Amino acid sequence: MANTALTRPARQVTARPAARSRSRRRGQGAAYVFLSPWIVGATVLTVGPMLASLYLSFTDYDLFDSPRWVGLDNYVRMFTEDDRYWHAVTATLEYVVVSVPLKLGLALAVAMLLNRGRRGTGLYRSAFYAPSLLGASVSVALVWRAMYGDGGVAGRVLGVFGIDVGSMVDQPRYALLTVIALAVWQFGAPMVIFLAGLKQVPKELYEAAALDGAGPVRRFVAVTLPMLSPVLLFNLVLETIHAFQSFTSAFIISSGRGGPSDSTLLYTLYLYQRGFTDFRMGYASAMAWVLLVVVGLITVLLFRGANRWVFYLGEGRR
Amino acid sequence: MTVQATVRPAAGVRRLRSVRSVLWHVAVTVVVLVLLYPVIWLVSTSFKPADEVLSRLALLPEHATGDNYRQVFGGVAGYSIWQYLGNSLAVSAGAVAGNVLSCSLAAYAFGRLHFRGRGPLFGFMISTIMLPQHVVLIPQYIIFHKLGLVNSFWPLILPKFLATDAFFVFLMVQFVRGLPRELDETATVDGCGPFRTFWYVILPLLRPAVITTSIFTFIWTWNDFFTQLIYLNDPSKFTLPLALQIFVDQSSQSAYGPMFAMSVLALVPIGLFFLAFQRFLVEGVSTSGLKG
Repeated sequence: MANTALTRPARQVTARPAARSRSRRRGQGAAYVFLSPWIVGATVLTVGPMLASLYLSFTDYDLFDSPRWVGLDNYVRMFTEDDRYWHAVTATLEYVVVSVPLKLGLALAVAMLLNRGRRGTGLYRSAFYAPSLLGASVSVALVWRAMYGDGGVAGRVLGVFGIDVGSMVDQPRYALLTVIALAVWQFGAPMVIFLAGLKQVPKELYEAAALDGAGPVRRFVAVTLPMLSPVLLFNLVLETIHAFQSFTSAFIISSGRGGPSDSTLLYTLYLYQRGFTDFRMGYASAMAWVLLVVVGLITVLLFRGANRWVFYLGEGRR
Repeated sequence: MTVQATVRPAAGVRRLRSVRSVLWHVAVTVVVLVLLYPVIWLVSTSFKPADEVLSRLALLPEHATGDNYRQVFGGVAGYSIWQYLGNSLAVSAGAVAGNVLSCSLAAYAFGRLHFRGRGPLFGFMISTIMLPQHVVLIPQYIIFHKLGLVNSFWPLILPKFLATDAFFVFLMVQFVRGLPRELDETATVDGCGPFRTFWYVILPLLRPAVITTSIFTFIWTWNDFFTQLIYLNDPSKFTLPLALQIFVDQSSQSAYGPMFAMSVLALVPIGLFFLAFQRFLVEGVSTSGLKG
C-alpha cells in the first residue's frame, strides 16, 4: 500500500531537469547516512529481537544457562496445561470486549455533545482529554485502587442505592471492572479524533436530511455514522491493539499479582510474571508471539469486516 | 444559519436559545466535574491530615496540612524524592533528545531523499508502529543484560536514539512532505548538500512537529512504568513511578496521605505540560490521528 504511493514521485523525478537528478545522485549515499540510526535500530532492536524471540519460544531459557531446544513444548503447555494462561486470556478478552466499545461509545457521545459550535468548546475538549494523559500513570492507578477499595468512593456511592459491594478491587467479580473503568475513563483521545471527524461532515448533508424530514436519530444513523465510519474504524483498530497490551493499571490495582483469583491477570501482566519474576523467558517469548499473531489477525479481520460498514465519500467502497 | 443572520429571530426564540445554551454548559460542566473527580480528590486528599484521609468522601480537607508532603520530602525508601525526580527527568530528557534527533533524521530521508529500497523500508517502518513491544522485549532485555546495561538508564534512552518510536518518524515524514519542495531546490541551487539543507532548511521548518514529538515523548516516558520496571531494580536508579510503587508496597493502608502527596508530585510535570501546551496536544491528536 505504501509502496505504490512512494515509487510514484521517484519515477516523476527521472524526467525532471538536471538540478534534481544531481541532487538525487548525491542523495543516495546521504539518505543512508540520515537513515543510519533507524537502520541500526530496526535491525538490532526490532528485526533481530523478533527472530530471536521466535527462536526462544521453542526453548527453555532462564537468562543464565544457554537456551535448551524444547520444540513446541511451550506452546503445548500454554494451550493445554497452564490454567493461569487461560485465566489471562479470559481476563484480557473480557477487558478488550467490554472496555473498547464502552470507551468508543462514550467518546462518540461526548464528541456529539461538544460538536455544537458553542463557546468554550476548546476548553471542554481539553478537559475531556486530560484523563488520557494522566490515566497511564501509576499515580492515577493508585487513586483507582483507593476509590474502588475498602471504604472508597465507589462503594459508598453504590451504598446510597442500597447496593453493598464492599471493596471492589478485592473481589473476583468486580476487580476487572475497576480496571475497565480506568480504561474507559481515558475516552478523551478517541473523542478528540471523533470531534475532528465530525467537523469534516458537510453541513449540507444535515440540511438535506432535515429537509427530507429526518429527525435527530435518523440524521445520526443516516448521515453522522456513515460519514464518521473511517474515523470509527481508525479508533477501533487503535484502541483494540492498545487494549490487548494494557499493563500498568492491572499491575498497580492488583499489586502486581493479577488477583484476586487471577481476575485482573491481563495477558501482558502474566507475560511479565513468567518472563521477569519466574525467568521463564522461552515461555514468555512464546506468549509474546501468540499475542502478536492474535493482534495481527484481529487487525486484519477488523479491516476486512470494514468493507461492509466503512463508507468513503466519493470513492464508493474501497 | 444564513437565514438567521439576515432575519433576527423573535425575542422568545432568542430566550429559548440562550436557555438551551445555559443548560448545555451546565450539563457539560457536570460531566467534566464527574470525570475529573478522581484527580480533584487525589489533590485534596494529599493535603488532608492522617485522621481525615480515612473519612475520604469530603472533597475539601477540614484542616489542610502540608504534613504528607513534608514526609515525602523527608525521603522515600531510603532516598530523597529529589533523586527519583532527577532520575525521571534524566530518562525523559534523554528520550526526548533521542526521539527528536533520530526521528527527524529518518523522516528527512523518508520524506525527501531518493534511495533504493525506500518504498519497502518505509512500509516496514509504518508496520512497526503497531508492533506489540512484547515480541522484542525479551531479546532486547538479553542484549542489555549481556552488555551489563540493565539497571542503568541506557536501555530506556538508547533505543530512542535509534528511532524505534516509529510513530514519531511517521509524524515527521508527514510534516516533511508538506513542506514546499522549492525550498530544498533553492538550497541545492545555492550549493547546499543534503546535510546543510537538512540543518538550515528542513529542521527549522520542522519545529511544530519537533514540539509535538517532544511533548508526547516527555509525557509518555515520564508516565512509563513497564519498561522502567523491567530495566531498573536498584532503588537509587528508580524513577518516580517505581519509587511510588515501592512506597505503596512498603507502607500500610494508613499511608494514603503521603502516597497521594507523592502521586501528585509525579503528576505535576504532566499537569504543567498540559496547561502550557493543551492546544498543541489536542491538535496533535486530532491531526496526526486522522492522517494515520
